[in-house]
Amino acid sequence: MYDIIIVGAGPAGMTAAIYARRAARTVLVLEALSYGGQIINTPDIENYPVEAHISGFDFSTKVYEQAKGLGAEFKFEKVVGLRDEGAVKTVVTQKNEYQAKAVILATGSENRKLGLEDEQKLTGRGVSYCATCDGNFYRKKVVAVVGGGNTALEDALYLSDLAQKVYLIHRRDSFRGEETNAARLSERENVEIIYNANVTRLLSEKRLTGIEVTNKLDGSVRTLEVNGLFIAVGRVPENENFAGLVDLDEAGYVAAGEDCHTRTPGVFVAGDNRAKMLRQLVTATADGAMAATEAVKYINAMA
Amino acid sequence: MSIMEINKGNFEAEVLKSDVPVLADFNAGWCGPCRAMKPMLEELAAGNPGYKIVSIDIDEEDELAEEYEVSSIPCLVVFKGGEEVNRSVGLIPKDAIADLVEG
Repeated sequence: MYDIIIVGAGPAGMTAAIYARRAARTVLVLEALSYGGQIINTPDIENYPVEAHISGFDFSTKVYEQAKGLGAEFKFEKVVGLRDEGAVKTVVTQKNEYQAKAVILATGSENRKLGLEDEQKLTGRGVSYCATCDGNFYRKKVVAVVGGGNTALEDALYLSDLAQKVYLIHRRDSFRGEETNAARLSERENVEIIYNANVTRLLSEKRLTGIEVTNKLDGSVRTLEVNGLFIAVGRVPENENFAGLVDLDEAGYVAAGEDCHTRTPGVFVAGDNRAKMLRQLVTATADGAMAATEAVKYINAMA
Repeated sequence: MSIMEINKGNFEAEVLKSDVPVLADFNAGWCGPCRAMKPMLEELAAGNPGYKIVSIDIDEEDELAEEYEVSSIPCLVVFKGGEEVNRSVGLIPKDAIADLVEG
């Protein structure tokens, strides 16, 4: 049995591992894919203290090595369930079961899909969720970005340097993203912003050839010929496997305060899957520190 | 077995005319998920599987990337007897990578 099992090896989970190991607790980190989480898609982090520039992958590798160096154990298995047996928590993966005194859920989030027909089939064939990863394939081509948050604005700016033309499709009449980004975007000659509209159909032959955009106000439909569609409509927390033990808010985030406590004693939450005001690298790592500290406190109180 | 770097010059001999199935990893150094997948591919290759794993840098080999319509990376393409038989886009776990070729 471990003292603490951490579900998810993103910045929150790995920081929790560092704090738990420094409190001399045994730690197992379970991760479905690879260490790093969402941040590995970021080519350049410029807002995390200490380093002016670092890639998300390099950042993650450093944190991973730091946690491992302190003695945290990592296993790459997808967690599918969690059972609360009071003093013992059982974490179920696709292959095994592991037990711990306390569990920290740091599962993060995944890209929200538009939910359109053929969206999955066309992913990698014109449909993308990562402009910085795939933008290079669209040099001098026509692309569309859908979304209205900071990610959508940043994606549109990034793509406007590469593509011949960028459509930005937003369902509202103004942007909720940072004002500087919106202002910079309006200065770009090759960017056309389409407000009050949804992407309602993906057109394809072997790959994406265009999209159908429907105006929300008058119902008019416009077909745009595009080579690529970048979907940036937010993220969905990955909490459904734990819904029986933790309270979720309307959007699916774990309802927990800054102390990272959930409804179930001994089960804590850290990072992007927690209800919070600001989802950034620095707030994720802060959660990791808090959740681990609270988990250690909980274990000490058990004895 | 190690992972061989493929370019336009050796693609035909090493991939299309390979005796064994080939798992081709289209990737780039600036792509985080590609770098995250590298160790998994290396582990698979070290296990001496019944197939060959090769790496194609899409920045160096843009013609190959274009020919195989790679527009998202990481992109894994499985070749058998010179034909594409399977493809996966995005970061996937090690078991799923093996399943692409063996499954």
